[in-house]
Amino acid sequence: MTRDARLLADALRDPASTRTLDAQRWTALIAMARAEQLIGTLAHRLKTESAPPKAAEILDDAQANAEYQCRSALWEADCARRALADYSGKIVLMKGTAYVAAGLKAGEGRHIGDLDIMVARKDLPQVEALLLEKGGWEWVKEDAYDDAYYRDHMHELPPLIHKERDRMIDVHHTILPRTAKPTPDAAAMLEGAIKLEGGLHIFSPADMICHCAAHLIADGDLAGGMRNLWDMHCLLTEIEDPDFRRTLEHRAARHQLLEPVQRAARLAHRLYGTAIPEDWRSAGGTDRFFIRCLAARDEWGRPTRKLTRLAFYIRSHWLRMPPLMLARHLWTKWRKGRAG
Amino acid sequence: MHELRVQVGPAAFRIGSVWRHPIQQLAELYRDYPTPEIPDFSVRLEAASFLRRYVRRSVAIGGDYMLPDAVPLPFAQALLAAEMGMNLQMALGWRRHLLLHASAVERDGRVLLMTGLSGSGKSTLSALLGANGWRFMGDEFALIDLASGEAVPFPRLISLKNEAISAMQAALPDGRFGPLMESTPKGDICHLVPPANAVAAMDRSAPPALLLFPRFGYPGAVREVAPGETFMRLTQASTNYVALGEPGFQAMTCFVKNVPSRAIDYQDGEEAMQLVERLWERRA
Repeated sequence: MTRDARLLADALRDPASTRTLDAQRWTALIAMARAEQLIGTLAHRLKTESAPPKAAEILDDAQANAEYQCRSALWEADCARRALADYSGKIVLMKGTAYVAAGLKAGEGRHIGDLDIMVARKDLPQVEALLLEKGGWEWVKEDAYDDAYYRDHMHELPPLIHKERDRMIDVHHTILPRTAKPTPDAAAMLEGAIKLEGGLHIFSPADMICHCAAHLIADGDLAGGMRNLWDMHCLLTEIEDPDFRRTLEHRAARHQLLEPVQRAARLAHRLYGTAIPEDWRSAGGTDRFFIRCLAARDEWGRPTRKLTRLAFYIRSHWLRMPPLMLARHLWTKWRKGRAG
Repeated sequence: MHELRVQVGPAAFRIGSVWRHPIQQLAELYRDYPTPEIPDFSVRLEAASFLRRYVRRSVAIGGDYMLPDAVPLPFAQALLAAEMGMNLQMALGWRRHLLLHASAVERDGRVLLMTGLSGSGKSTLSALLGANGWRFMGDEFALIDLASGEAVPFPRLISLKNEAISAMQAALPDGRFGPLMESTPKGDICHLVPPANAVAAMDRSAPPALLLFPRFGYPGAVREVAPGETFMRLTQASTNYVALGEPGFQAMTCFVKNVPSRAIDYQDGEEAMQLVERLWERRA
């Protein structure tokens, strides 16, 4: 029997481990990889393995599809760049688009959905106006409460969707909700951003890792977390400089994210065998709950361990806002849910 | 989960259900199809909620690829849910061929394709032709090989709607029909098992020779369709044209260059069959 998505983690970590899989486990592996949106990554990792013919066909498709996603992501980024040609500040690509634009390992075969960019907070009105007027984006939904909530409390504008291309763009001004406890130094992140050919920027390696960890540990409910953790694995693995850990520790502390960065690194170490500093490996008695939640999938790719997932869902809201505000938010959402 | 694995043309499916009954229905209808080891896609029929597994049972369609706002179907329409789930996997996930929303039949080693919106009659026409000297290749998706340009069969169950159901039952008294599902979101639906020769030859592809755009409910007429219009209409009839990138464009261009196309209007099956036969004879 297939216990959980550690089957997928093992295949990513050690492609040779797939050589002994039977048809049933291949079936489970593919369903899990699709559910975690890691099928393209898996295909890339297993490129040199000889899978059974049917699995090989599926992986070939996944690889072709990942190439298409990569192409559309870069195109979308370029559309944003052109719409913002009159904006003089830095435009920083984030997550998947940044990885492929910079040619990083984390981008290989990666699923990319929305375009995420970051600009200085003071420039949001200008950027927003340019995207709406010049770029052809529009609001996804008109809802006064959600709109005000995003603008007052979130780290990004309400999502915009392109009228013709049907693609979303998230415009961030920092990497965590303003109501969350840690306050990353967004100005320093923009300051340290690296310019790519063509004029767009990406975060420095340490900031990229901080963002990845913040997204995974300090914000969401771990849904789709295996992919984010794979990003973490790739980002950490790609750095060759032995002194980098000092840079990273220093930077993470500055963003009040040292604990999430170390947690994410430990989880990547556990699940994907990422090499991490010796003294980061201790502590973390609660890590196994994170792993249990991350890998909670059955052989049909369905989420399992409802209670663990619920606990992490509640945790995500708890981290995102103070208790009174949370109560007010949930009350409003509940009333709207009943009315709608 | 109760499970069925079935191979339709080049695509292999695993269908899981929390209830036994839909799997038994599917197993009966698909009994002559091969059983694959590793499926391309998984489809899941799940209870819409804990309660709806037992009381006023309601089927949520799940799978590798899902639509975010899909509405659950009543338990009596579980078979339709399974078929919709399988179609959805193909529409969103298939990348091995250029996928056209079209029906296909073959004669003398050449393929006739029919494409059109739901209600155009492409499904019924393919079933009728399949019962009258043509080899049925598929009523929903035509798969065009990216290298050779050949049409690859995808002979899943034929999905008959509304008045087409009684018409086909009259035309095929010995046909194997599934249960009648009344007032589904798509109207009345009844599935028909494709002819035995269609299933036996489902790995045999052939080059396309004619494309028709049928339209049901108008006085009989034939109109030539210029390649430019055909190209545009086919890009809209394909769910993976954009995702395939350059190979998709090449296959589409090649198809439009080599395959003549006609729009036909008709008011009943008999009239349509005559039109088709006439156009087929004259196609060269």
